[in-house]
Amino acid sequence: MAPRALRAAGLLLVIAVACALPFVMSNFRLFQFTQVYIYAIAILGLNMLTGYNGQFSLGHGAFYAIGAYVSAIMMDKWNVHYAWTIPVAGILCLVVGFLFGLPALRLEGLYLALATFSLALAVPQILKYFEHWTGGSQGIVLSKPNAPFGLALSPDQWLYFVTLGVMVLLFWLSANLLRGRVGRAIVAIRDNHIAAEAMGVNTSLYKSLTFGVSAGYTGVAGALSASAIAYVAPDSFNVFLSVTLLIGAVIGGLASISGAVFGALFIQFVPNWAQDISKAAPWAIFGVFLIVFMYVMPFGIAGAIRLLWIRTRRSRVAHAPESRETAATQAPTTR
Amino acid sequence: MDIFIQQVVSGLATGGIYAALALALVMIYQATDVVNFAQGEMAMFATYICWTMLNAGVPYWGAFLATLAIAFVGGIVIERVVIRPVEHAPILSIVIVTLGLLVICNSLAGWIWTYVQKPFPTPFPSKPFKAGDVVLGAHDVGEIGITLLVLFCIYAFFRFTPLGLAMRAAAHNPVSSRLVGIRVGWMLALGWGLAAVFGAVAGMMVAPVLTLEPNLMGGVQIYAFAGATLGGFTSPGGAVLGGFIVGVVENLVGTYVSFIGTELKFTVALAMIIIVLLVKPTGIFGTTVVKRV
Repeated sequence: MAPRALRAAGLLLVIAVACALPFVMSNFRLFQFTQVYIYAIAILGLNMLTGYNGQFSLGHGAFYAIGAYVSAIMMDKWNVHYAWTIPVAGILCLVVGFLFGLPALRLEGLYLALATFSLALAVPQILKYFEHWTGGSQGIVLSKPNAPFGLALSPDQWLYFVTLGVMVLLFWLSANLLRGRVGRAIVAIRDNHIAAEAMGVNTSLYKSLTFGVSAGYTGVAGALSASAIAYVAPDSFNVFLSVTLLIGAVIGGLASISGAVFGALFIQFVPNWAQDISKAAPWAIFGVFLIVFMYVMPFGIAGAIRLLWIRTRRSRVAHAPESRETAATQAPTTR
Repeated sequence: MDIFIQQVVSGLATGGIYAALALALVMIYQATDVVNFAQGEMAMFATYICWTMLNAGVPYWGAFLATLAIAFVGGIVIERVVIRPVEHAPILSIVIVTLGLLVICNSLAGWIWTYVQKPFPTPFPSKPFKAGDVVLGAHDVGEIGITLLVLFCIYAFFRFTPLGLAMRAAAHNPVSSRLVGIRVGWMLALGWGLAAVFGAVAGMMVAPVLTLEPNLMGGVQIYAFAGATLGGFTSPGGAVLGGFIVGVVENLVGTYVSFIGTELKFTVALAMIIIVLLVKPTGIFGTTVVKRV
C-alpha cells in the first residue's frame, strides 16, 4: 500500500478506537485519557515553538494557567457557557504570547528558557495576589458541564468527546499550518535565521507569531482542563507543570506532530507506573525512565519510530534500487 | 541606618550562597553549553551526607572536608556515567537528563532521610558580633568568609596551575585543546566535580538557616539562576557578583517595599532576570559570543 494511504488508514483506525473508549472504560480511566488529550494539545503548542521554530520555553505552564483561569473566571463570575470560554482563552493567550514573544525576540536559547522559566515561577504568586478575581489559594470550584441535546452521556464521557474533538481540530490545523509556506518559514528560521532573512522571511514577525500560536494552543488546553477537573487553584500551575510539558515534548519527539500524543501518554501514565513499581520513591523511578529514554532514543519516541521506518524501507530499497530517492528523508535535525 | 547595614550584611550572606551555586552553574555551562538543573539537588544530597556523618559523631570540619571530597568524586562519576553517553544528543535531550537527575536526587533523599525537617549545625559561635550599634549574626559573617575563601581558592586554581589552564583551554576551544594533548573529556568531568564541590559548600552553609529537607535548594537554585543571568553566563566572576547582588536586593526589597513583603519576593528576583535579559541579555559582565554563519 502507498505510504500515504497507509497513514490515513492508521489515523482513522486510531480515531475510531479513541471514539470507542468511553463505552468500555471506567470513568477514572476516561478522565485520564481526557487529560492525555489536553496535555497533547499543550505539548503540540510547545512543540511548534521549540521543535519547529527552535525557541526554548520553560514557561508554558503560565499560558496553561492563564487559559484555565480565563475559562474559570468567565464561567464563575459571568455565567458564560463553557464552550465559549475555550476560544476566548485561546485567543487571549495568543495575544499574551505574541506580546511576550516581542521582547523575547532578543533572547536565544538558554536566555529565552530562563525568561520563560521565571514567568512560570511568578504565575502562581501573581494568581494568589489578585485574590478578588482568582479566589486566592482557595481557587475556584466549578461544575462539570452536562451533555447537550439530551444525549445519554455522563459528564465525563461528554467532556472526553469535546476534548477529543478540539484536539483533532487543532492537530489538523497545525499539520496544515506547518506543511505550507508559513511552516517552511518557521522551520527555516530554526535552521538558519540569517539565511531565512536573506530569503525574505520576516523573522521577527514569524517568531512572535509562532510564540503567540503556541501560547494559544496551550491556553486552549488550560481552558479544557478547567472544565475537566472542575477546579482551578494556583498551586496546580507550579513550575513542575512547565517542566512536565517540556519533558513530554522532548520524550515524544521534537518537530513531530504525532510526538505530542506520545509525549502526553508518557507524562500521564509513566508517573503512575513508577508509583506501582516503588511506593517509596516513585519520582526516582520516573527520573530513571527519563534518562533511559534519552539514552535509547535521543530524538524522542516519534524520532525513533521514524528511524525504524527508514531502516525497514532501506532494507527493502536494497532489493529494488529504482526507488532509492524516497528513502532520503533523514532523522530530524533539532538543536 | 543600623537596620539597613544589617540587612545588607545578611543579604551578602545569602548572596554568597547564591554566588557559589551560580558559579557551579556557570562552570558547567561554559564547558558544555548545558545548564545543569540538578545542581541544587546534588548540593542538597551532599548536605545530607554531611548530616549523616555529623550524626555519627564526626567533628564538623572533618565532616565538611569529607563531604567536599565525596561531592567531588560524585560529580565526576555523574558526568562519566550519566552525562557522557548523551554527549552528542541534542541539547534539549541533555537538559531532560539533568531534569531526570533532579527528580532522582530529590526522591532518593526523601526516601533515605524522610521529608521531616532536620536542624543542621553551624560551625560558627552563636553569639552575634557587635560593631557599634550594628548587630551581625556570626553565621552570616562566617558564611561570607567561607564563600570568599572558596572563591579565592578557585581563582588561584584556574589562574596559576597548569591543570586550571588546561581546563580553561578545554572549555574555550575543545578541538585545539585535544590537538595539544589535553584530555578534554576528563577536563569536563573535573569541571562537574568542582561544580559539585561549590554546590556542597552552598548547601552546608544554607542548611543551618533554612533547616535541612529534600526541597532545601529549590528556591536557592532559582536565585542562583538570577545571579548567573545578572552577572552573565559567560563570566564566572560576574556570576559571583550577580549572586551577591541578588541576595542584597532580595533582602532590601523584602524589608523596605511594603506591598511586596515576603509574598512576592520570588517575583522580584524573576523581574530582575527579565529586566536584565531585556536590557543586556548577556548579563553585566558577559560577552556576546560571535558565531560564524
